[in-house]
Amino acid sequence: MSDLNKLGLAQARDALRKGDTTSVELTAACLSAIEAAGALNAFVHKTPELALDQARAADARIAAGDAPAMCGLPLGIKDLFCTKGVPSQAGSRILEGFLPEYESTVSQNLLDAGTVMLGKLNMDEFAMGSSNETSVYGNAVNPWRRGNDDAALTPGGSSGGSAAAVSADLCLAATGTDTGGSIRQPAAFTGIVGIKPTYGRCSRWGVVAFASSLDQAGPMTKSVRDAAMMLTTMCGHDPKDSTSADLAVPDFEAMLTGDIKGKQIGIPREYRMDGMPEEIETLWTQGTDMLRDAGASIVDITLPHTKYALPAYYVIAPAEASSNLARYDGVRYGHRATLGQGDGITEMYEKTRAEGFGPEVQRRVMIGTYVLSAGFYDAYYNRARRVRTLIKKDFENVFADGIDAILTPATPSAAFGLGDMTDADPIQMYLNDVFTVTVNLAGLPGISVPVGQDKQGLPMGLQLIGRPWDEGDLLNTAYALEGAAGFVAKPGKWW
Amino acid sequence: MSIDETTAARVAKLARIKVEDAALPALVTDFNRILGFIEQLNEVDIDGVEPMTSVTPQRLKRRDDVVTDGNQQDKILSNAPDAREGFFAVPKVME
Repeated sequence: MSDLNKLGLAQARDALRKGDTTSVELTAACLSAIEAAGALNAFVHKTPELALDQARAADARIAAGDAPAMCGLPLGIKDLFCTKGVPSQAGSRILEGFLPEYESTVSQNLLDAGTVMLGKLNMDEFAMGSSNETSVYGNAVNPWRRGNDDAALTPGGSSGGSAAAVSADLCLAATGTDTGGSIRQPAAFTGIVGIKPTYGRCSRWGVVAFASSLDQAGPMTKSVRDAAMMLTTMCGHDPKDSTSADLAVPDFEAMLTGDIKGKQIGIPREYRMDGMPEEIETLWTQGTDMLRDAGASIVDITLPHTKYALPAYYVIAPAEASSNLARYDGVRYGHRATLGQGDGITEMYEKTRAEGFGPEVQRRVMIGTYVLSAGFYDAYYNRARRVRTLIKKDFENVFADGIDAILTPATPSAAFGLGDMTDADPIQMYLNDVFTVTVNLAGLPGISVPVGQDKQGLPMGLQLIGRPWDEGDLLNTAYALEGAAGFVAKPGKWW
Repeated sequence: MSIDETTAARVAKLARIKVEDAALPALVTDFNRILGFIEQLNEVDIDGVEPMTSVTPQRLKRRDDVVTDGNQQDKILSNAPDAREGFFAVPKVME
């Protein structure tokens, strides 16, 4: 078989089981693709020897008839996941040289299912960013370009390396994490599928924390079927994460029937933003028509507090980040600044954190410190948590009225140019998450599905939002949308 | 509500991040843009609304209060920038 790296997870699994290929062949194809794709800067720590060892072990298990669900499938892992003995820096200088002594639960679940790790993927520093431009490794680059224009575009963020790698067929699929849209926005910018499950589905243990009440891991894949298959493996109760849900995980792939007759799909009027490009608007209408044609009924709904989601997020996420990132003190792991004569422990903290954190992380830690400081806690942090209650209530109300899923644009634009936002104020960048951040605040599952291309040929995605714990039904609706959209375009290879 | 350079310097101190005086004006500008954006929350009627503590209704699990882990001193110190004689080493804290 040729171009093995271009296969999706389900296709490769079936080929392996039939004996049409081997995990070593699949892995070698991906490793070659990675070597040839330095220009994308997607893989930032490569583990080819480990990958080939794992592939040989997988082939032995397949031959012995003892293959677990994802046996032999080569993946990329976002740098936010701690991987035993392999650099795990969260895209930050402050974790330079850190070699975890343990494996995150999610990546362990994937290893237990027989997967192969090709290496670690680029990301915004501590997952704070929407363009991968805050990474210590430099920008990841979108494999897609505008027509014949060779301007480098962002793959989105924070899971930009994951998105670029899957889109460019450097791996069969990748892990991502999503605190405000960090799986769904890059998926939309690169023409792939990305799902953030219900808060509590995936263990957060061993995933470098950004905002603990919002962070969730999820798969980034070439199809909805692949997402369903990989999510099933990633999820599961973990006693090491007190917020991990002790619920059975269904076989999500087995729930893909494509039949959505009678489902009620909500279209929230508040997601029609001023200044939204006409092409996004048109795409949303087309997606609505596709679901209607597939037998769903379309219902206009209202989520009245939508407008307040981003401001609430920019209180809650920095507050949690300022607390979580207090652990980077130059004492236990990672970078420590060189100290001057007479410098004490406070200077060590201050210099270490000034050198180790990039500007966006420093900004968010300080905003978080401010909103939690004496005298402002009620005015900012508690107010934001109350607004969060109202945002969640908006969703509860529409689900109580019988809505099965909500269809929205995934992003307010297609991928933008790297460097385009350098001089913009931080709020402009934050607006990228305007359609996705509500879902994190409400703890719901959300999936981005590629549905069309803009007139410059860039992919555009739509988001479906589901009921809590009902990822199976959500994936099935996404499967129907994917089938109707028939998105098969791939970026032309220039790298 | 807007903040000045004195407040920004105090926040940087609380966050244990060294910010040079020359960098304070730009930081103040960024802070005030972000805080201005957050101010929108004041439009929302939050009377009688509880602050969210858990996004999914779940009770934290209990377990027996027993030692289940330990004896990993080497592993715990393996990533330390400075470890000596089985301890993390830091600059002198007290004279």
